[in-house]
Amino acid sequence: MAFDYDKWIRPGKLPHIWCPGCGHGIVMKGLIRALDSLQLKKENTAIVSGIGCASRLPGYMDCCTLHTAHGRAAAFATGVKMAKPEMNVILVGGDGDGTAIGGNHFIHACRRNIDMTYIIMNNYIYGMTGGQFSPATPTGHKASTTPYGNPDPAFDIAKLAIGAGATFVARGTAYHAAQLDKLIAEAIQHKGFSVVEILDDCPTTYGRRNKYKSVVEMMNRLKEVAVPVKAAEKMTAEQLQGKVLTGVLYKEERAEYTAEYAKVIERAQAAK
Amino acid sequence: MEKTLPKIEIIEKYCKGCHICVEFCPKQVLEMKGFVVAVKNLEACIKCMQCELRCPDFAIKVSAE
Ligand SMILES: Cc1ncc(C[n+]2csc(CCOP(=O)(O)OP(=O)(O)O)c2C)c(N)n1
Ligand code: SF4
Ligand code: SF4
Ligand code: SF4
Ligand SMILES: [Mg+2]
Repeated sequence: MAFDYDKWIRPGKLPHIWCPGCGHGIVMKGLIRALDSLQLKKENTAIVSGIGCASRLPGYMDCCTLHTAHGRAAAFATGVKMAKPEMNVILVGGDGDGTAIGGNHFIHACRRNIDMTYIIMNNYIYGMTGGQFSPATPTGHKASTTPYGNPDPAFDIAKLAIGAGATFVARGTAYHAAQLDKLIAEAIQHKGFSVVEILDDCPTTYGRRNKYKSVVEMMNRLKEVAVPVKAAEKMTAEQLQGKVLTGVLYKEERAEYTAEYAKVIERAQAAK
Repeated sequence: MEKTLPKIEIIEKYCKGCHICVEFCPKQVLEMKGFVVAVKNLEACIKCMQCELRCPDFAIKVSAE
């Protein structure tokens, strides 16, 4: 049987607004399959986003959703989780939303290790506003604001998450669509702050400026650069040049914030 | 034994003609007809679901039975 995505889509919301070939739709489907495989209840699942094309995702989802301010999804999501710790809270957004204006919220949510999952769709650009460079735009690549090539080095978002203290970090790609649900499901099940970076494509504002003739070419690039962590173990540094690791990159167990905060409340009440 | 053919459903009003399903189908089952995708050779389909998984627009569904 074909998978029934409709049960998680808000009635009447399709077709979505994303451009032809935009990978955000592939990610949304992966998320839906993950929610379905975990049999999560809609009333117990909150999807929270900031602003951007990627951040439009919650608008299509038939569960609890919150479309907030640019870069601020983590702050709003923290509010939801603290008020209702039993909820499954999932943040979604783009590279611009999460690592530029929302960079601080991102790293501190990682450090805090609050039990939420953050799906960050990295299309290397500010898609929604016409293709300005983001902290994830590769060096030398073109954006509307770097027409002669971007002089800045790019963030490695997964590494940034690990460095900042996230306790589960994975990476997938829009091309490797079949793996997305498994990575996202594992991230949701992890107790603590989990990050899934998904290498994505924006044919409209990034692809055409960077000499990709079609979205198929952009997909082929994702296919070529991705190396699963297990396969990478058997490869030399030379072979790994220019490659990007995919799969579960990092996992640890560490005290989780809502549980720690409950202890603070207990201590405070006992002290009265 | 007779081979049962899969069912490929295309929701034309959702398809944005991105070519992803056509290009990455391992058996060249699909083709573009104008701006939307169409089934060209259903017999060749191996039900791998790659087209359905990668379609960003919820526009193609493959049923195995
Ligand atoms: C406070 C504020 N500053 C700037 C903007 C303009 N803005 C809207 S979306 C966006 C960038 C989105 O990029 P990204 O998060 O990568 O999402 P994408 O569109 O690429 O999916 C910007 C700068 C805004 N909406 N609010
Ligand atoms: S502008 Fe880019 S990111 Fe936005 S919907 Fe179009 S392809 Fe997707
Ligand atoms: S299921 Fe596989 S073989 Fe069949 S049309 Fe889709 S991609 Fe092609
Ligand atoms: S992948 Fe989807 S939207 Fe793109 S051509 Fe195929 S059916 Fe249409
Ligand atoms: Mg972006």
